[in-house]
Amino acid sequence: MKEVSVQVADFDVGTEIAALSAADPMAGAVASFVGLVRADKLAEQKAGSGETASQPERPAAVTAMTLEHYPGMTEQALADIVAAAQKRWELRTVRVIHRVGRLLPGERIVFVGVSSAHRGDAFAACEFIMDYLKTQAPFWKKEETPEGGRWVDARTTDDLAAKRWQPD
Amino acid sequence: MNLKILYFASISEAIGITAENFAPPPEVTTVGGLRDALARQHPALLKTKNLRAAVNRKVCGMDADIADGDEIAFFPPVTGG
Repeated sequence: MKEVSVQVADFDVGTEIAALSAADPMAGAVASFVGLVRADKLAEQKAGSGETASQPERPAAVTAMTLEHYPGMTEQALADIVAAAQKRWELRTVRVIHRVGRLLPGERIVFVGVSSAHRGDAFAACEFIMDYLKTQAPFWKKEETPEGGRWVDARTTDDLAAKRWQPD
Repeated sequence: MNLKILYFASISEAIGITAENFAPPPEVTTVGGLRDALARQHPALLKTKNLRAAVNRKVCGMDADIADGDEIAFFPPVTGG
């Protein structure tokens, strides 16, 4: 099974989970995460990010989102994150899919699926991969709103989420 | 020294290009020095908060060394997922 995919096309969650389940007879658990484009992302970002708190609060529905990436580096960065997870936990199979291009609210952006012998490793590795993906993999989101386009600011909460996996 | 420079997301939008070839002055030996040299043409590089860089597709600090033929990318903090 291909480990990492960066693609414009959508993916089928059921197909991916079925493939993870079938890939290794020693797998006793499959954990997965699906990220979606949220329609109210901009309004939520303004409320949640200190960096934009000085801007006036205005509800601005996101009508679409475009994901840009660094072809050539993205795939390697994702593979490095998967390798770090495999070093840390006993994993059987890992699958990461990240979409690029223009996406509409409700569309799937990202899939992370992990199989392991027991559930603890699969749950933890799935969350670890997402936390590192959000802070290390070279993707950038630009939101379209009725008021124009806007690049999404990085969130300090994402940095903190990734840092909690590091030793004190 | 000849370098391939790439710009992404808000940086490339502010500068108006996504890539260029650049031969820095001989005293430039680090990513940070390169950024300062490029900023004479592209002031947006110095205005970007938390500018990030990669040398040959690996994220690095502004103190990283550069060498002939390197591919060097400048971009804002990532926001995928």
